[in-house]
Amino acid sequence: MLTLQCPYCGVQADETELSAGGEAHLTRHGPGSTEDEFHDYLFTRENPRGVHFERWRHTYGCGKWFHAARDTQTLEVFGTYKAQCTEPPKELRDAITAKRPGWTWREFS
Amino acid sequence: MKRYSAFAVAREALRNHIGWERAWRSPEPKRHYDVIIVGAGGHGLATAYYLGKNFGITNVAILEKGWLGGGNTGRNTTIIRSNYLQDPSAAIYEKSRSLYETLSQDLNYNVMFSPRGVIMLAQTQHEVRGYQRTAHANALQGVTTQFISPSRVKELVPIINLSGPRYPVLGGLWQERGGTARHDAVAWGYARACSDMGMDIIQKCEVTGVRTEGGKVIGVETSKGPINCQKLGVVVAGHSGVLADMAGFRLPIESVALQALVSEPIKPCMDVVVMANTVHGYMSQSDKGEMVIGGGTDGSNNYTQRGSFHHIEETVRALIETFPMVSRLKMLRQWGGIVDITGDRSPILSKTPVEGMFINCGWGTGGFKSIPGSGWGMAELIAKGHSPLTDAFGLERFHEGRFIDESVAAGVAH
Ligand SMILES: Cc1cc2nc3c(=O)[nH]c(=O)nc-3n(C[C@H](O)[C@H](O)[C@H](O)COP(=O)(O)OP(=O)(O)OC[C@H]3O[C@@H](n4cnc5c(N)ncnc54)[C@H](O)[C@@H]3O)c2cc1C
Ligand SMILES: [Zn+2]
Repeated sequence: MLTLQCPYCGVQADETELSAGGEAHLTRHGPGSTEDEFHDYLFTRENPRGVHFERWRHTYGCGKWFHAARDTQTLEVFGTYKAQCTEPPKELRDAITAKRPGWTWREFS
Repeated sequence: MKRYSAFAVAREALRNHIGWERAWRSPEPKRHYDVIIVGAGGHGLATAYYLGKNFGITNVAILEKGWLGGGNTGRNTTIIRSNYLQDPSAAIYEKSRSLYETLSQDLNYNVMFSPRGVIMLAQTQHEVRGYQRTAHANALQGVTTQFISPSRVKELVPIINLSGPRYPVLGGLWQERGGTARHDAVAWGYARACSDMGMDIIQKCEVTGVRTEGGKVIGVETSKGPINCQKLGVVVAGHSGVLADMAGFRLPIESVALQALVSEPIKPCMDVVVMANTVHGYMSQSDKGEMVIGGGTDGSNNYTQRGSFHHIEETVRALIETFPMVSRLKMLRQWGGIVDITGDRSPILSKTPVEGMFINCGWGTGGFKSIPGSGWGMAELIAKGHSPLTDAFGLERFHEGRFIDESVAAGVAH
């Protein structure tokens, strides 16, 4: 079973305690944005086979949202970090690069 | 190609079956094709078949990274129905269902289409209203469905418990000509017919790049070297995002795991398909006697064809309330496939930002039923640039806010 460590309460939570919240670090385009930007924000997704950054909620625990970095091809969990981060912490990115040289992601918001 | 027939079976029985030929050739790729289809699942093979049959385009290769039919086509629970809510959906799914009626004859291959009837149970007041609305919409669309009473449900499904404590059965949406077919046979039948038309099905050939020149597709890179083409059809279900990335664009698609399981074989006990969408479970009985069971998708992105165990548990738990006899069954095996989910739960059959490259994806949890109709429309789209069956399913609908919203209508959309 997938387990993720909640960065708030520290619990190593089972998947049954968590809710998946989809891709992380989307730029929330609103009024004034172009149609393309708004379309991409609403619908377009990275959906990579490999390194993926995503949002999770510790629903049946402390209730807080947080971020996780996982590999969708191996299901390896690289780490979790707080919801307030606008991009993954540098140590986490370095750790991923060491394991998956050459991985890329669109610009973080 | 030698035709299959009762006579052929008798003839071969008398001579130790030495006269059967291979169902399809396994050629090496040529340097150039008019059309390359990526993905030898049901949708890719059907697209190729109707390109040949309806448009006379037979210089076609179908490239498959694994074995043909080894993706979702060989992993699904084979429910066929066309009781969708929106008009464009009803058009393509009903076209598909009606093609299934004569598919065995068309392909000279027994796909074991079994129009045994499909019931979608209404277990909340919300569902009662929703399915009554769908039945009315279907009447206008020319799709034969009916909203039936609990007692009619019980007649059709004697093993059902109508008065479950949480979710009593309040009625059902009944499509009498829905049913099941043999999934592998659909892929194999189309493959045999494509090969017979001179098309090359190349297995163990992974597409690793899309080659373009001036915004136009000119071919693909593969594990068997570069192959050129005039037009490219990408039909790779859960891997659509990976192929789009090779061509430099992104899709409104997420890939997640969907699982199914079968029980030990038991005597015939249920001769229709039953779906319980509120509780996320559905069930039918295979010809071998196994109860074929499926449920909902995982919530997180995944490319591993393995899903979360707790979803299996949830599905079985839900079914036990409605079918108490399930609690006495041993489950034999369980598996997963990677399904391609769009925001409005409707597929994408579309041109792409790359000229000459077309994409067919987003069938998600419910694209087995649509294999013939999707192939029919996709072939027309590739051959002529548009098709009345596919026009509403273009990628531009997300830009225009013109969704074909089946997420409310279908719930569990198999
Ligand atoms: C558990 C489960 C239950 C389901 N139940 C139902 C049901 O009851 N009714 C229903 O209608 N639908 C159901 N579905 C959905 C249905 O299975 C799919 O929508 C349908 O089979 C998709 O067919 P396809 O041809 O598009 O994809 P696939 O059959 O997945 O074929 C795509 C092919 O592309 C190949 N490919 C991928 N990448 C590459 C590459 N780079 N190069 C070459 N080849 C590549 C893959 O190997 C694969 O063979 C279910 C799905 C699952 C997983
Ligand atoms: Zn927590």
